[in-house]
Amino acid sequence: MILDLILLTSLVLTALWTVMTIRLIRSVVGLAMTSVILTVIMYRLNSPLAAVFELSVCAGLISVIFITTVSFTQRVSIEKLRLRRRERFVKFWYLPFIVIVTGLLLSQYLKIPHFDLPLTIAQRDVRSILWNMRHLDVLGQIIVLLAGAFGVVVLFKEPKK
Amino acid sequence: MSPELTQMFTYFLIFIALLFICGFYCILMSFNIVRILIGVEILIKAATLLIILAGYVCGRTALAQAIVITLVVIEIVFMVVAGGIALWAFRHNRTIDPRKLSTLKG
Repeated sequence: MILDLILLTSLVLTALWTVMTIRLIRSVVGLAMTSVILTVIMYRLNSPLAAVFELSVCAGLISVIFITTVSFTQRVSIEKLRLRRRERFVKFWYLPFIVIVTGLLLSQYLKIPHFDLPLTIAQRDVRSILWNMRHLDVLGQIIVLLAGAFGVVVLFKEPKK
Repeated sequence: MSPELTQMFTYFLIFIALLFICGFYCILMSFNIVRILIGVEILIKAATLLIILAGYVCGRTALAQAIVITLVVIEIVFMVVAGGIALWAFRHNRTIDPRKLSTLKG
């Protein structure tokens, strides 16, 4: 339980750093770190397959997409960066306090009432659930992937000169 | 549900709520499309953790993993298309500040 608490605290701290840091690249690195910590937590919650997906896709692929987007779009002078740093500090300095106060309030007042869990059924393999029980999800995933690929082709197309 | 599991569930819920606050705050206070997308990512991570936690508590981790895999696939497509839209906006308006995207129709 102590290890879980350490992991959860570091998850929230990295998320806070991701939100508060000024440079977008650092923000993206913070997001990848959040994903890695989430992967460890998921692995500890008996979900290794989802953890591997989270690590490969969210920490890997999404970071690459973000870095590509940032490198194509961000061109900021040093003066502008200084100004932006000041603006960001004014906007974000009280976020850690909000997080700490909310955490303390919830830990004091959040009481989960006792409830009965549903009867445990025999655990099935993830793959058998995905292919037999939730095959419509798989179909949806294929359609979403195709739509995404089509969107990328349209959006990343070089404009005609 | 055993007292230990209830305590663990409560702790996890508190930290998930804090993650949601970080994500919402980022979305509300940022004026940069990439930063807004980072806020959405944090929200999705909180939702992912909530689904996995629910599966763990109910003893149905396989079902939770299947749902999370679907969520991750949708997340990646959403991020790729949103990144493409950010690039498109930059090419046409030389900015990714949503307040300055005034040439959109409608």
